[in-house]
Formats: sequence, structure tokens, C-alpha cells
Amino acid sequence: MNVQGRPTRPETAAAQPRETFTGNRGLDMEEALIFEIGRFDATGVDIDEPAPFQSKLGPHARQSALRLPGLAEPEAIRHYVRLSRNNYSIDAGIYPLGSCTMKHNPRLNEKMARLPGFADVHPLQPVSTAQGALEIVEALSNALLIMTGMDAVAMSPKAGAHGELCGMMAIKAAIEARGEGETRRVVLVPDSAHGTNPATAALIGYSVRSIPAGEDGIVSVEAVRAALAPDVAAIMLTNPNTCGLFEREIVGIADAVHEAGAYFYCDGANFNAIVGKTRPGDLGVDAMHINLHKTFSTPHGGGGPGAGPVVMSSRLAPYAPVPFVKREGGALRLVEHTQGRESFGRMCAFHGQMGMFVRALSFILSHGADGLRQASEDAVLSANYVRASLNEVMSAPFGDRPCMHEVLFDDRWLKDTGLTTLDFAKAMIDEGYHPMTVYFPLIVHGAMLIEPTESESKASLDLFIMTLRDLATAAKAEKRERFQSAPVHAPRRRLDETRAARQPVLSWTRSQPA
Amino acid sequence: MRYLPLDASEREAMLTRIGVQDIEALFADIPADKRIEDLLDMPLGKSEMAVERAMTAIAGRSVAAGSVPFFLGAGAYRRHIPATVDHLIQRSEFLTSYTPYQPEIAQGTLQVLFEFQTQVAALTGMEVANASMYDGSTACGEAMLMAHRLTRRNGAVISGGLHPQYADVCATLAHMAGDRIARLAPDLKASEGIAAAIDAETSCVIVQSPDFFGNPRDLTPIAEAAHAHGALLIAVFTDPVALAAVRSPGEMSADIAVGEGQGLGNALNFGGPYVGLFATRAKNVRQMPGRLAGETVDAEGRRSFVLTLSTREQHIRREKATSNICTNSGLCALAFSIHLSLLGAVGLERLAKVNHANAVELADRLSAIPSVEVINTHFFNEFVMRTPRPAAELTEALAGRGVIGGLPVSRLLPGAGLDDCIIVASTETNTDDDRAAYARALADWLR
Amino acid sequence: MPEIRYSKDHEYVRIEGGEGVVGISDYAQQQLGDVVFAETPPVGKALKKGDPAAVVESVKAASDVFAPASGEVVAVNSEVESTPGLINEDALGRGWLFRLKLADPSELAGLMDETAYGEYVKTLG
Repeated sequence: MNVQGRPTRPETAAAQPRETFTGNRGLDMEEALIFEIGRFDATGVDIDEPAPFQSKLGPHARQSALRLPGLAEPEAIRHYVRLSRNNYSIDAGIYPLGSCTMKHNPRLNEKMARLPGFADVHPLQPVSTAQGALEIVEALSNALLIMTGMDAVAMSPKAGAHGELCGMMAIKAAIEARGEGETRRVVLVPDSAHGTNPATAALIGYSVRSIPAGEDGIVSVEAVRAALAPDVAAIMLTNPNTCGLFEREIVGIADAVHEAGAYFYCDGANFNAIVGKTRPGDLGVDAMHINLHKTFSTPHGGGGPGAGPVVMSSRLAPYAPVPFVKREGGALRLVEHTQGRESFGRMCAFHGQMGMFVRALSFILSHGADGLRQASEDAVLSANYVRASLNEVMSAPFGDRPCMHEVLFDDRWLKDTGLTTLDFAKAMIDEGYHPMTVYFPLIVHGAMLIEPTESESKASLDLFIMTLRDLATAAKAEKRERFQSAPVHAPRRRLDETRAARQPVLSWTRSQPA
Repeated sequence: MRYLPLDASEREAMLTRIGVQDIEALFADIPADKRIEDLLDMPLGKSEMAVERAMTAIAGRSVAAGSVPFFLGAGAYRRHIPATVDHLIQRSEFLTSYTPYQPEIAQGTLQVLFEFQTQVAALTGMEVANASMYDGSTACGEAMLMAHRLTRRNGAVISGGLHPQYADVCATLAHMAGDRIARLAPDLKASEGIAAAIDAETSCVIVQSPDFFGNPRDLTPIAEAAHAHGALLIAVFTDPVALAAVRSPGEMSADIAVGEGQGLGNALNFGGPYVGLFATRAKNVRQMPGRLAGETVDAEGRRSFVLTLSTREQHIRREKATSNICTNSGLCALAFSIHLSLLGAVGLERLAKVNHANAVELADRLSAIPSVEVINTHFFNEFVMRTPRPAAELTEALAGRGVIGGLPVSRLLPGAGLDDCIIVASTETNTDDDRAAYARALADWLR
Repeated sequence: MPEIRYSKDHEYVRIEGGEGVVGISDYAQQQLGDVVFAETPPVGKALKKGDPAAVVESVKAASDVFAPASGEVVAVNSEVESTPGLINEDALGRGWLFRLKLADPSELAGLMDETAYGEYVKTLG
């Protein structure tokens, strides 16, 4: 039984006396729901009533009343601006989330994405009227192929996890084409893997066999060989891995996997560490998804949208899903059907996250070959700078050794303080920082995974480091109050997540009749 | 480089602090023979001005929908989006924030998601909605898998009126998971006998209304047939504005409602990013995929919002998760919600009425042209037009005359014997001049 | 005093005649945090020792509960479905999960008694 839980209900704090009539504290404002401020009989959009006409809805017209509030433009702007101010964001401060690559989102990308020739083009327009759009897909595809040294790329997956699904489906199709679909039903996944990896494998009917990481935090060829068997379809490996380390034995692992007749899926979430430094194709990878919203700066938008194109080796390329772009003569065309092809099918309607392609391409053109390499080097440099500055005060699970673009600490250094990783994270909020990734990867107790990215100035890094050192000192001096009551300065204190799960309230319902 | 704040002396100082001579020492774990020595084979970095010039030139090589009379839908709809929407989604705190895993500093996102969930539930007539999926097609596939889990069966029946690409997504998922799927033939006139295809092995029936060909459908008898066999009805829609005019999935006893939310708040964007809407009955919530924002209180008793029921999701359940999905379509969901907050039910109903009125006007105009036939008895803002000539040729000819006239059915359903059919859409963005231009160009070409 | 045995996996089985009442240990509920959901096996289900039998979820973790002994499920605790917090309040009492008609009581010899389990928990640190 898995017993890795943690407290999810705060001790009820003494409610701070409300000093103000509104409950606001200067610029820190409370904001009601649209259902409480909007009027249900109003609209904030001027639409002319059409002239009388003969309806063609017949018996299909909606019968039940639709009840939704409308806000006038000033009300709407005020509502959403006030809500936005309760959010932390990269634009406001460092977002050191390991494995998320929260780098700066260039504003040029937003401007380019809004050009009508990109934003106002319908996916099913005659292809002759959408050549510019297809050029973007082609240009980004080529750039991704150059960076990864692979042979083909499926551009349609809508996010990283969707890309994983795409890559694994291609692998499954390749195995079925070899007639081994019944025998190869197992996927090897390191126990440090992101949850999407086993979830993806299970979605397509595979069972998961776990591979332990070694004492040094990486997967050894021996461990892989021990797990390989004729029933293995593929291995899913993240490189650099979720502990922030380059999988040193990756080439040997790829060879062993291929010798055993299986495929190598690489989770490309941490690609930011190695762009321009090494190519996954050279390491033996068969398929790898790339998170455009991580390595290529497309904005996270509060949780999405992402984009997860998948680069593939020549062995898997024939099975890639539709659609894909093909250059024929002087023009670009879209291949939208699988007939006569070995393609495994379709991942989604239309062609992929075009809006994110424009942004990613804008990023790539801006950086160029020199800038991309510099970005990876700065990302790795910054993470090691943080590591070197904190490793005397915090404990690292795999010893004092260089990391890649993210540094992993565990909670052994908090052992006698009575404080947890969670407490430490919440205290960071009061200092004006978003916490690092906590409790991931699962193989390390109380994990703290810090990824500064290349976007941080040295001054920003130095202040961050000094703050963490100050917090660490306070923790060891058992100044528990600073941690256990945190956060006190954020728009909200710790939330009662137990109540949210035991008594789910997932939408607003009126408590009184209209 | 304008996005990289570190300078050479700072890099030196950092290397010193780390205790290495040069940056390559930090890449030592990469096997020596696999390191890239030179720069990648691509151009060097460009100034903002140069990038803008290059991208603008590419953008100039597509026809923007707003620059011509435009009548194409088939799953994505050109809407007028109030200026407020795009302005608000570009606020730093919405644009550059992450998934709200630290709720104390993400109440903006969480409250928006709660409002969004409420709006989607109301629109679809269901009890609970999630915080969005990638798009309508993947939401449809996920609904199918959810039905399999709920009924413990694995056979899906798919209407011939479902968007063909949505059906392809379901078929791909089914094949990969080893599940069964029965796809009915393309159903131009909403006349298929789908109830007859349901049996004791069926987990779900997936039907779209208004369907791919524009026909609104009465799904109530299909729901009854499904329920009689212990199966579920999944109702699909591709234009959220339609739900203000035609009967909602909830009204027709659907168990799961999924659809595309692009039609509110989100530009066409050549197919993405879009936003998948997903709603169901409260009793099914534990099997619903995707993120959920729930209401609670904080330590001081103040109303707050937090992601909840997370044990359904991949980061906890791993291989037993309801889905592998990680991101939702956050910013697109925000845009949808803002647009709908401005409209309200009053505005949405009026918007739907204008869409319908414009479509009726267009259908009348086009069917007045000799040899042109509008197939649908009933429609909302899309209908099928038939002419004596192949539709694929027609749309190319219209494009040549500066009119985007619709989707030739053969593009998405080759070999279905519908080569003379074109799906024509009309939204509030079409003017009288647009309709006149279409009729003129069509009459011209048919002469 | 009814005998109680524990598995290494933190399940307990309290022996009452030829039947065993199964739940998770007090240590387990402490580690899991507030329980928000519990799913019991269907009555009539035949379980072998070690089979996944039930699920207990807290906010941040989902846990499979494995059958500590083989047998047929003869009763389940419907109270924990509506009030999962009982598992935290009284794991060994009102927070029981299901009752088994034991197929092979000799299996119990392989489980730890109260003292041995207490020692074992100490080693987990």
C-alpha cells in the first residue's frame, strides 16, 4: 500500500481581524463570482436583433432556459483584472518549477501569433489559400529535426502527454506490423518517471514494468538488461531525467533495447538542457515528444494550451499519424487520410497547435543556432550555480555532483526540525516566490526540484539563493512559526483540500431562487 | 541576446562559484562522441525586426478569413470576438502563470476555472464540467474511454453524423486499446437507424447535434435505447453557440456531453489551440478525466478554490489514471469564459439567433439559383448544398473568385458518394454583401 | 479480546470466528493523511491473499489495499463510502473496510501480531 500522503487541512488560524469595510487590503482585493456580480437579464455585447425570418430549427429549438450572467465591458474588465492580480506569474518573478521550464515568454511571439495570416485562417480552407500556414508547420518541423537529429516529426499532438501517446502508438503500430503485437505487451518505465509515462502506456493496453534507478540516480544498462525480455515493447526514458541528471548510459541502453527487438521512447520534457549540445537521434532514440511550452517558450496560460510534436526515427516514421505536410512541386499540401499508408491513424481533428507553432518558430528564429546553444548552457549554468550555493545547507539525494538544468534536493536536512518540504515551500510564498516543484520525483523523500532556466539574471538568482539560505537557517534554528503558518501574506492562507475532496463543489449553484 | 540576461563576466563568476573551468565541464556526462562540437545547422539569431519581417512575409501567403466573404465551418467557426477578450488573456498573470498547484497564489486561475466549469455545465444542461480538454475531438475520445470504464464494456457505436475527424480519433484510440467500435455510414439527412446498432456489449453511443452536416437531432429516443441496454449516450457539438438555439445534451438525457469551445473567445488559428468542453452527471464525476476546480475555504474561513479530486489524474494514479492528460487548455478556456461572461445568456441567445437568421437568408439565396439544392430540412448555422458539379472543384473556383464557400464533403469523406455536397456555414460575421458575393460567384460558375 | 494480525503492507485483519474484518492500520491512516474516498470490494467476491481488494484515497495519494488473507467478501462497510473520515478517526473500529470468510486460517500465521507490527513500524522511521 502506498502511504505517501501529507496533511491537506490547515489548522484553523485565528482569522485576521478585517481592518477594512470591503475586506480589501489596499491593492489586494477580494473578488466575487460572475454569477454574483453579473445580471442574468443583461448582456455586455451589442448585437442587433435580426429582421423577422422563418426559423428552420423546427422541433429542435432549445426548450430549457439558459441562465448565465452578462457583464458590461467595464464590469468584465474589472472582474478579470482583479482576479489576475491574485496570480503569480513568470512576468512577476522566478518560477523555479523543476521539469516545467518556466522560461520567459517573449512578447514578439504573441504579436506574431496574432497576425491575421496566422490567427484568422481556418484549418479546412482550400490548401491553396493556406500556404503560409503550412510553411510555418514545415519550417518548425525542419528546425525540430535539425535540433534532434531525427528523421520525421508528427506535428499534431496537442500537448506533451498527447505527444507521448502519439509516440507510443507509433511504436505499437510498428510492433504490430512485425506481427509481434500479441507477444510484446510490456513497457519499461523507471520509477522516477513522470506519471504521464505509465498512464500513457496503460491507455494503449500495455502493462508497466518498473526499473529502479541506481544509487547514483541514473538508470544502468544492467538494470535495463535485467528487465528486458521478449515481452517488452519499449522503454520510456526521460533524458535528462527527472532528477536533473543526464542518463550517462543512454547509448548502451538504446543498444540493449534495440537488440532485444524493442523501441526507445524518450520523454523530452527536459530537452532545454541539451539543445545544441547533443542530439537525441544520435543517442539511439526512436521517438521523443518536445514540449513547445517548455523548451520553446510558448506561454503556460495558467495550465495550457501546450503542444507536443513528436520527432521519430526512420524506423517509426512510416507509422506517424495524419495529417502531415508535404512539399510537392512548388507548393505545400496536407496529407489528411491514412488510406494506402501504414499511419496508425489520427490524434485529433485538424492539424495541431498552429498558434503555438508560430510562437515556437518565432523563438527559434530569434535565438538562432548560437542563441539556442547559449540558452541551454545558461540553463545548466544557472541550475549548477543554485546547486553550488545551496548544497551546504540542503541535502542532495545523489551526492555532490553536477546536475543539468535542474537541481534536486530531498528533505533529509529538515529531519530534526519538525518541518516538511511543504512547510518550506509555503514559506517561500511569503517571500514572494513561487515554490519549486515539490514531492516529485516520487523516488526521493520530500523532493525539491529547482529549475531556474536561462531567463534569470544573476541578481535574480542571487536574491533567490540568499532567500533560500535564510529560510534554511531559520528552519534549522526551529523557527517553526515562519513555516507552519505560511503563507500569511498571499491572497489566501493554506486551503482545506480535504473538504474540497470530501464535499466536492464543482460549480456555482444559486442558493436562493432568482 | 535579448532574452538571455547573463553576461560574460557573470558567467565567469558563476563558473568559479561552481568550481569548474568552463561550461563544458557541466556537460561531461554526455558521451564524448555524441557531443555537438559546432553550432546547429541553422541560421544565427535574428533581431526582433528581422524575425518580424520574416514571419510577416509568411503570414502574407495565406488568405485571412476576414479578408473575403467566408462561409466555412465544419468544426471551427469564425466569430466576432470582443476586443476585451484578447486584451485580458494577455495580462501577464493569466498568460505566464502555471497550472494552479499552489492555490494560495493562483486564485485568479482557479476562480476562472470554477466560473468556466459552471458556464459549461449550464450551456450543456449537465451537472458538472471539467476545466477543459485539449479540443472537442480528444474530448470525444476521452468520453468514449470514460463510458468504457463506467459500463465495464468496450464497444462504442458511432453515428454517421459525427465529424469524421472526431470519429477517426475515436477509431484510433479504440484500435490501440483493443476496444471495439462500430462506425455507421455517413448520414447526410439524419436518417440513420442508430438504435438498432446498440446491444448488450455497447458501452456508448456517440451522436453529434447539430451534426457534421448541420442537422439538429433529437437524441432523446437514442438515449432511451442506449439506457435500455445499459449503455451511455455521449452527445457531441462543435459550435458552443448552437447550444443556445437547439436542445442541449442535458435536455436530451445525455450521460456525457463533449464539444469544441473554439466558437467562443478563440480565433480560428488554423486548427489550434482550441478548447475541449466536457460535462457529465454528478454521479460520474470520479471517472471524468481532466482537471477540476472545486470550492473550499482557507485557514481563515475565506471562500477559495483549489484543484480537487486529483487522485483521478496521472500524477497520482499513474497507470490507473482516468487519462494521461496533464495540461488543460487554460488560456483558451479563459477566453471562452470571458466572451461568455460578456454575452450572458441574453447575448448568447441573440448571437445564436443572428447566426441562424444569416444561415436561413444564405440558404434561401443559394437555393434560388437554378440547379442548386439545400439538403437540410432543419439546420442551425450550417447546411449541405448540392450542385451538379463536384464540390471540390466548386470550392477551388469560388476561392479563385475571392469567396471561401464551405467544405467539400469529399475532403473529409472521400469515397462516401457525397462528392457533389458542400457544407456551408454562416455566422454573425457574414454581411449582406458577403451573401450577394457568394450567390453571384456561384451562379457565375454554374453557368 | 479478538486477535488482530497485520501485513507488511499495513492492512490488518481482526479475527472473529471464521471471519476476518479487514482495514488499514492506524499508522497507515496517519501517513496517508485525510482520507477522502474509500472503495470497497463487491460482496461475494473471492479474494486470494495479496489480491488488490479495496482503494483508499487521500487528497494527494491513492492506495491499493491488498487482501491480507484469502476468502470471500461477506460484508462491506457502507459507512466509509459516505464518511471516509472514519478511517482516520477510528481505523481499527468504525473505519473497517470489509469482512472476509477466511478460506485458509493458517495463512494468518504469516502475518505480524500487534507487538511485531509495532516494532516493524518503528523501523520505518
